[in-house]
Amino acid sequence: MLARRIIPCLDCDLGVPGGRVVKGIEFKQIRYAGIPWELAERYYLDGADEIVFLDITASHERRETMLAVIKKTSKNVFVPLTVGGGIRSIEDARAVFNSGADKVAINTAALKNPNLINQIADRYGSQACVVAIDAKRRYESVDGKEIVKTPDGDCWFECSIYGGRGFTGIDAIAWAEEAEERGAGDIMLTSMDRDGTCDGFDIELTKAVSERVKIPVIASGGCGNPEHILEVFQKTRAQAALAASIFHYGKYKIVDVKRYLKEKGIHVRL
Amino acid sequence: MIAVIDYGMGNIFSIRNALEKVGADVRIIAQPEELDNADGIVIPGVGSFGEAMKQLLPFQEKITSAIETGLPFLGICLGMQILFERSQESPESGFGIIEGEVIRLPDNVLAPQMGWNELNIKRDTDIVKGIEDGDFFYFVHSYHCVPKDKKIVIATTEYGTEVVSIIERDNICAVQFHPEKSGGKGLLLLKNFLESIKC
Repeated sequence: MLARRIIPCLDCDLGVPGGRVVKGIEFKQIRYAGIPWELAERYYLDGADEIVFLDITASHERRETMLAVIKKTSKNVFVPLTVGGGIRSIEDARAVFNSGADKVAINTAALKNPNLINQIADRYGSQACVVAIDAKRRYESVDGKEIVKTPDGDCWFECSIYGGRGFTGIDAIAWAEEAEERGAGDIMLTSMDRDGTCDGFDIELTKAVSERVKIPVIASGGCGNPEHILEVFQKTRAQAALAASIFHYGKYKIVDVKRYLKEKGIHVRL
Repeated sequence: MIAVIDYGMGNIFSIRNALEKVGADVRIIAQPEELDNADGIVIPGVGSFGEAMKQLLPFQEKITSAIETGLPFLGICLGMQILFERSQESPESGFGIIEGEVIRLPDNVLAPQMGWNELNIKRDTDIVKGIEDGDFFYFVHSYHCVPKDKKIVIATTEYGTEVVSIIERDNICAVQFHPEKSGGKGLLLLKNFLESIKC
């Protein structure tokens, strides 16, 4: 049986020499966390099942910085490495793979050009293509959207683009299904309402999407403690949990979180 | 010198980095004649069986004779599958060095198998020194190998069926998972392979 995965996420600001890892709160305020390859190696040694780099600067001039960061990281990190942010074409994806990444995460580019999912999956395999979805709760009812019951009222989930700065009107659940059909290997599902809050994952969102698709869903946004990870694994079919802040500032070690999950009966790699 | 064959299929940087991490002198080889000075051969690979066989065709004679003379060989993922006679994935023949075939994962599980899964060790040999039953390795594959001779099976992994995850016969070792992406235990397996060369 496959183990459920714990994935630290490193949001990288490449606007400074060499790049740095930062953490945003609800996609806005930013706090410094460390040097990308150093943090990645620490997490690898601590038992991370996978490492995610998200380039939150994502402008063209900084592409070379990201490729250098990937090369440096892959010398010392021997678990799968996913890179996202600013990947707009198959050529961008190729450059990232050729630098040592194992998977690319695409978000805005996939929503604007869904065929990019097919192209990456056909050329590099489904396992190499992660579709990232940033979903925002919408409580006002709109025709044709999938309504989910939550303790805060009925809502649907809207896909956001440009790192939370734009909205599409597209239903996140329907989009996850389409991404799967087109060949995505994972859905990285971030709750914009929870991201950076440390209030716990959006259980209703994660449950709805993970029950709809067969491919693994990576729950993301809102993780503040190990109990949140246990909750999302117990209440939803998410196969992986992604977290940033709880690991960055030394509050919890990955191995300790995994020991806790194992004690609670979750199948994890130790 | 360990020759890692670059035939245009998959990420060779990872396997080079991992082998170097455990102390190997690695050379990436894109021409068959460069194989002459190798002390060991590694074939990595992700992708389709048929395409791999096409790309490996120029290497086939050299690799087969090197294996016959006893040169240590490690096949990873697709590099394991191409050792077999044939695959359900493509009409092209495999190397046929190992008797048996490569078949699709059963319908009751999601393909590709992608993620961390456990080994059930069937036979303790040097290649699994320090690796225990239940240790996790990282898998990415939709097809799996069915060797005719079950004695060569070193480890299996449960995924809808009993997937053969490590085989070993004389100087040939092959693994279905990716040791270069399997953390410390993966590096340990690569180190064990290197030690088989030094002996």
